[in-house]
Amino acid sequence: MSTTDLHVHNPVEELLRQDRIPTIWCPGCGIGTSVNSFAHALLKQNIDLDKTAIVSGIGCSGRVSGYMNLDSFHTTHGRAIPFATGLKLARPELNVIVYSGDGDLASIGGNHLIHAARRNMDILVVCINNMIYAMTGGQAAATTPGSSLSTTTPYGAFEPELNLVQLVDAAGACFVARWTAYHVVQLERTLEKALRKKGFRFIEVLSPCPTYFQRKNNMGDALQAMLDYKKRSKIQHGCPTWETALTPSGPIIVGEFVDREREDYLTRMRKQLGPHYSEFPAQQEEHVSEGCSREC
Amino acid sequence: MHADPRTVLTGTHFINGDAACCEGALAAGARYAAGYPITPSTEIVERFAARAPEVGGLFIQMEDEIASSIAIQGMVWGGQKAFTVTSGPGFSLMMEHIGLAAMTETPVVFVDVQRGGPSTGLPTLPSQSDMMQARFGSHGDYAVIALSPNSPQECFDLAIQAFNLAEEFRVPVMFMMDECVGHMTEKVVIPPADQIEIYPRRHTQKPPGEFRLYEPGPDLVPEMAHAGEGYKVYVTGLTHDRRGYPSLNPATQKELVTRLFEKIRRAADRLVMVESDQLEGADVVVVSYGITSRVAQRAVHAARAKGIKVGTLRLICVWPFPEKLIRELASKVKALVMPELNMGQVVIELERCAAGQCQVISVPHAGGTVHDPAEILQAIERGAQ
Amino acid sequence: MPKGTVAITAERCKGCGFCVEFCPTHVLELSSAFNAKGYHPPHMIAPEKCSGCNLCGMYCPDFAIFGFRLAANGESKGATK
Repeated sequence: MSTTDLHVHNPVEELLRQDRIPTIWCPGCGIGTSVNSFAHALLKQNIDLDKTAIVSGIGCSGRVSGYMNLDSFHTTHGRAIPFATGLKLARPELNVIVYSGDGDLASIGGNHLIHAARRNMDILVVCINNMIYAMTGGQAAATTPGSSLSTTTPYGAFEPELNLVQLVDAAGACFVARWTAYHVVQLERTLEKALRKKGFRFIEVLSPCPTYFQRKNNMGDALQAMLDYKKRSKIQHGCPTWETALTPSGPIIVGEFVDREREDYLTRMRKQLGPHYSEFPAQQEEHVSEGCSREC
Repeated sequence: MHADPRTVLTGTHFINGDAACCEGALAAGARYAAGYPITPSTEIVERFAARAPEVGGLFIQMEDEIASSIAIQGMVWGGQKAFTVTSGPGFSLMMEHIGLAAMTETPVVFVDVQRGGPSTGLPTLPSQSDMMQARFGSHGDYAVIALSPNSPQECFDLAIQAFNLAEEFRVPVMFMMDECVGHMTEKVVIPPADQIEIYPRRHTQKPPGEFRLYEPGPDLVPEMAHAGEGYKVYVTGLTHDRRGYPSLNPATQKELVTRLFEKIRRAADRLVMVESDQLEGADVVVVSYGITSRVAQRAVHAARAKGIKVGTLRLICVWPFPEKLIRELASKVKALVMPELNMGQVVIELERCAAGQCQVISVPHAGGTVHDPAEILQAIERGAQ
Repeated sequence: MPKGTVAITAERCKGCGFCVEFCPTHVLELSSAFNAKGYHPPHMIAPEKCSGCNLCGMYCPDFAIFGFRLAANGESKGATK
């Protein structure tokens, strides 16, 4: 058993911090799978990787930022979006991508998700939805469907689940899609499309959590979850998002649901400010040090 | 380097402390801010929202203080100087991100125009009851710098200092105003830009391959690089090694947390910022900060008229606390009197440093207004006995 | 002559079986061997059927496998760097 030495190289590798692999993710966790689609999308779209920042919150999916060989920001729980907002405003030429989980983005960070969509902040949000708080040991999330079991809902959840794509659509996101970890090729294409677009873009990716969600609910292992996604998924591009609610065993509606044109925050700001806005090139430092190899 | 003349409103103005703070931030080079409306601090960002676009900056009103306090950190890692402005309840919401800024060594300024608390408390009335929160409010061990202005002029001058110190030490700096100082209107002289010293971002000169994000410099402060410059920075609130990579073990924790403290502690002498009067031969010294220092003046004059030898010591930089100075002072006087608009916060530190060498008399106040000078006078008389 | 092949970094594998299941031409199987972590990494049981489509690589959550096409002379192409 050895690495086939053919002087070949997985193109995804250049997007990973090699010295951080292997990941902390459990066997069969779908987060890593989604990273492949993301990495291929970045490469295919020829995105300037020096001008691409990835911001995460806390949780299993929150670790994505730290594995990517980009400018990586692993922030606080739920607050990846406001950090990304500040980063984008301060350096508009950056591609700012938020990569985090459902508990992080939709529960503790739910307010930021709504308002970033409303502002049409020019960031791409990839939300890995494993329907549970996995890092902390399998507690119920706002996305836990139906009466599923979790470590904090031992008698089954009593709360209805949040439909994230409907939420961000209602808040004004200009691009909204959902795939599962099974749909690696479709996800890559959608990510490519989203990377080309300006404004608030939201892609939900359903992912197996074999350690907690699947196990607690007797849904088999990760492979079983992937086969389940394959079986239950129905591709319905343009489907109204109010018809895309997730249930424990019903169909999983996937596809690109929303693709609308709206001015993003900075464009609108500049337009609104008109003559009141003056471009302001950085002041030259008086003591320019010698030997600076960076293009200052 | 000096301030950029395009952002400095040189001249003599008659403005309140909130406006002066805004001008100070602009003069210091902060062209980005995020905030959420809260009395009595909002005037700062209202003015900033009007001023910033003229100089290529912006103000974004976030959905809450939690968002504001981290959006500014995104701005800093995007290469800008940035700050947020709030008051008590909002300050409470920002605590987690003060910890993040301390942990990731993000140079930002938090302005807290203090009002009465706890909870919603007294939205339009003064207090100084966030002083301990400013020092210890976020979980975990870290060090910060906190400045306390007592006039609109100082709101301008010290705001510049706040940004300079944030950049020099790469720490969050707490700018602890209060409702009185914020809403007080006085003469504020803004000097020409070339007379305003600005501490530039400690940006590395190393190329990406050779740079480690948390490699401490000789003064224990690491150099910085921003997103979008090819450095592929890795910034995390987890305990991290010199590369910035998470390293969750006691050895890394010890190195990192010790350094976060030590970089401030080593500079403690330089960070003593006080204003004193007639300390020589004083029997009693009134130690105060912020608006209370001005109220205390009247009590001090009355005590001197009664023949009591009273000195004053005003803390301009409250955190780090001027330990050595207080220890020496305590060995020479009968009493230290500390009035503050809280039930006794900074006086705890005063007592610790005095270490029983002299009497320490707290003059607490629940807030909502300033002290009656007679209360301070009584304490001075008690101390002089 | 196969059109493609896979490269496996066995030590990264966590044995989830995604690559085996989703290989369109059923080239792979989890081997009986263990890696250092105690997982069974995949190996090729039908190398001649590999098209080098890299679907295994797209599914692998641990960046432990990827497929690439071979030129007619058996050398790698496309994925080389």
